[in-house]
Amino acid sequence: MGRRAAIIATGQTVHKSKRREVNIVELIHEAVSDCLKDAEMTMADIDAVLIGNMEHFEGVYNADLWAVDGTGAWLKHGMKITTGGTTGASVAHAGYYHVASGMFDCVLCVGWEKQSDGDTTAGLIFQADPLFERATMSGAIGTFALAASEYMNRFGITEEQAARVAVKNRGNALNNPCAHLRKAITIENVLQSTPLAYPIKLLDMCPTSDGACALLVASEKIAKKKSPNPPAWFKALSTRHDQPFNSDLPLLINMRSLRDAAKEAYAQAGIKNPLKEIDVAELYEPCTFAELSWYEALGFCELGQGGKLMDSGATQMSGELPVNPSGGVISTNCIGATAMIRVAEAAIQVMGKGGARQVEGAKIALATGFGGSFWTELTILERD
Amino acid sequence: MTQEPKLLEVSSQANYPYNYSAGRLLSFFFRALRDQQKIYGRKCSKCGKVYIPPRPVCGPCFAETNEWVEVGPKGTLECFTVVYFTFLDPMTGKKRPVPYGYGLIKLDRADTRIQHFLSLNDPRKIRVGMRVEAVFNEEREGKLSDIKWFRPVE
Repeated sequence: MGRRAAIIATGQTVHKSKRREVNIVELIHEAVSDCLKDAEMTMADIDAVLIGNMEHFEGVYNADLWAVDGTGAWLKHGMKITTGGTTGASVAHAGYYHVASGMFDCVLCVGWEKQSDGDTTAGLIFQADPLFERATMSGAIGTFALAASEYMNRFGITEEQAARVAVKNRGNALNNPCAHLRKAITIENVLQSTPLAYPIKLLDMCPTSDGACALLVASEKIAKKKSPNPPAWFKALSTRHDQPFNSDLPLLINMRSLRDAAKEAYAQAGIKNPLKEIDVAELYEPCTFAELSWYEALGFCELGQGGKLMDSGATQMSGELPVNPSGGVISTNCIGATAMIRVAEAAIQVMGKGGARQVEGAKIALATGFGGSFWTELTILERD
Repeated sequence: MTQEPKLLEVSSQANYPYNYSAGRLLSFFFRALRDQQKIYGRKCSKCGKVYIPPRPVCGPCFAETNEWVEVGPKGTLECFTVVYFTFLDPMTGKKRPVPYGYGLIKLDRADTRIQHFLSLNDPRKIRVGMRVEAVFNEEREGKLSDIKWFRPVE
């Protein structure tokens, strides 16, 4: 780790499937303004602005340039970072690297997506290899359908266990004023929802959302002197890419990238028993089955035991390690912002600013970012 | 007269031509599909893993691959889905026809899997672990779709 750095403020838009009343720059500006307000700062306090999204979704390729009015990056240092689904977490990590290097003291990070301006599944197919996997690929839904069929077959995970993830996360979203889908559902609702791609049904899957997220990464000096919020210190970060094709991975769903990133981050943070030592986790779960499998890769339980951990209630708000108090990706998914929302929500938890979704006394929070083909950006934050 | 909505949208239809280089190895691979109806994997010079699709370097070893190995045409279906929802296919600009089946197939003698279509004569009979074989198109053009799909081995 480099110089100490912390997230001192966060901002989010209200996330919806269609925010037709704003254009892209206006949407970004909402999150940035909300973040500056949370920090009680102005753009004059900001040294650098980093931004990212999934460019091929909107067909808009230079947001670092033409969203300058919305981000406040005018005549400031900055860069664009796009790493697919992990983009928002990559931008947050880059914020850390900027401050940890000693070169910047206050870095504004922005992740955004306006999915209603484009076509998400077509965009995701465009992300796959043109010569080999585009023809069969059907966006995130098909990829997770393959993964879920393998996961069920290999470990006996049931559709009902997966449905419990949706019920938990959509229930948690009721406590999050920024969440996109805020309606309680039942296991029966999930099991009887429209089949999309066997075994994935509509309520197993994340929505498509318009929205943006911003956060402020500051040096120790700024965090201690100027932050109105308790700083959420970066305790550990780790990134892993796997091989390029889905077909290269020996077990699609149980991410080697997540497992290895977790090992490294836990070593950095001195965490030996993650289920006990981590207070709250915000996981990038594009579908129900994924959350169960991520439990295993993160060492919350043994391989193949994700369904049982869900059944035990350990990841409910009242459990040993609440997972996705925000409602998770199943409730809100503005893709370029999604991985940053995980980091921002983890920060909100350790700051103690979660309101109705606050995990009492949360001191250590973990956030994951997921991207295709099954790669990981992992962050652990802590409160002093 | 219908009233104009308050908020306007500006539409754009991009038709952007791409011509992807297959490169040396994939050219050999696609030519073998077209001319011999054979599937070749590429073997790592260090760990011996046979890759589909063929590639110049084994990522984990960071060593060159140096040998062609004929794989399949039979293999084992390791995971699958049947897609029911339709969506815009950026390869054609049209809605992709549904339902269609696809999966990851471990071809005999290959170490990685291949993602491809499954014949859907009876979707209820598709099972993880079933034996499948490649069916080639009559007309072949030197691309992955020269394999029409994989069907259950009788």
